[in-house]
Amino acid sequence: MTVANITVSETPLVLYTLRRADDALISGHRLSEWCGHAPMLEEDMALANMGLDLLGQARELHSYAAKVEGRGNDEDKFAYLRDVRQYRNLLLLEQPNGDFARTMVRQFFYATFADLYWRAMMRSTDATLAAIAAKSEKESAYHVRHCSEWIVRLGDGTEESHRRTQGAIDELWAFTGEMFAVDDSERGLIDAGIAIDPAPLRSQWLKTITGVVDEATLALPKNDWMQQGGRSGRHSEHLGHLLSELQSMQRTFPGATW
Amino acid sequence: MVTAVHSDTDLRRRVWEAASKVVDPEIPVLTIADLGVLRDVEVHDGRVEIAITPTYSGCPAMNMIALEIELALERAGIARPTIRTVLSPAWTTDWMSEDGRSKLREYGIAPPQASNSRRALFGEQRVACPQCGSQNTELLSEFGSTSCKALWRCKSCREPFDYFKCH
Repeated sequence: MTVANITVSETPLVLYTLRRADDALISGHRLSEWCGHAPMLEEDMALANMGLDLLGQARELHSYAAKVEGRGNDEDKFAYLRDVRQYRNLLLLEQPNGDFARTMVRQFFYATFADLYWRAMMRSTDATLAAIAAKSEKESAYHVRHCSEWIVRLGDGTEESHRRTQGAIDELWAFTGEMFAVDDSERGLIDAGIAIDPAPLRSQWLKTITGVVDEATLALPKNDWMQQGGRSGRHSEHLGHLLSELQSMQRTFPGATW
Repeated sequence: MVTAVHSDTDLRRRVWEAASKVVDPEIPVLTIADLGVLRDVEVHDGRVEIAITPTYSGCPAMNMIALEIELALERAGIARPTIRTVLSPAWTTDWMSEDGRSKLREYGIAPPQASNSRRALFGEQRVACPQCGSQNTELLSEFGSTSCKALWRCKSCREPFDYFKCH
């Protein structure tokens, strides 16, 4: 790596915005990895379309973080010139695609959360965040429906698709708690009405998830121990590999443009 | 010597006229005015500011649309505008003009139905085939050739078709 990482002045609002921006970027990038590899053409387009929505959300959020920070960073610098420890996304979203069932379970857990989260964030006292929320909410509604249909199809499909989907649920479950966690930095924003508290959304999230999982003849794990770390930059080994691909152009040819 | 002095109001009208003829690069039968992507034109002391809004957050056509607006204004002899992207209020298919809806249908794309984007998780919807008008159609994929379209198939005439999603 020949290009220095940028430094980021993480005030609560910058940190808050970066966390959501990184969620969208990492999730969108993971979906883009399916491009040309999906089980069929329609699904290739669907995954790429969902990835594109998320990438669009990431651009808006990173640009806003840069504006709030006001230190000359921009969406590209945030994406290409931060190292693993500077990324603030949920651990769930950096987990590898694995097989198709695993990708669908990951996106199903996240999209169902994002849909509720952005809908609630439309009430934010921050006009830009409220506007981004209003767009993201509409987009995630489609993602929830698409993923839910696949969970049912896979769970209630063949013995193999059932086994793989159940395996993915069991493996990814421990990463879902982080979506509802709040730290001191965010608590202040919640009190000010800029952010919303995600904790009360969990019951509705669980209700939707349970409904789909039941219909799919699958089951949620009993274990409720949850892994956290992504919000403070403590990531799994997978993010470094993802970033080495995402950033290789800018790290090798600094400032390269199309 | 002829000096063309236009009031801001007059200039605004000319800008709107030129900009509203720009077509969507993905669906060239629709103008950005038909789509509701062109939100506003403001003119202050001869300086032009145009507001556009994306259909979807990741819509890759936005840069192209901005460029096309600049070119359309240049052809109309109007100075380079400032183009601003606005997110609020969020774009909705409700803004699509009636004229736009018929143009879509003629082009072979089923127009969006009355807005009801918060449908039930596994909700049913009926979309008429833009080729033969049959209601006997089925959804192939929620995601089609662009972010704003879904892929459907007509069970009567057997033709696949795009449906412009409600949003």
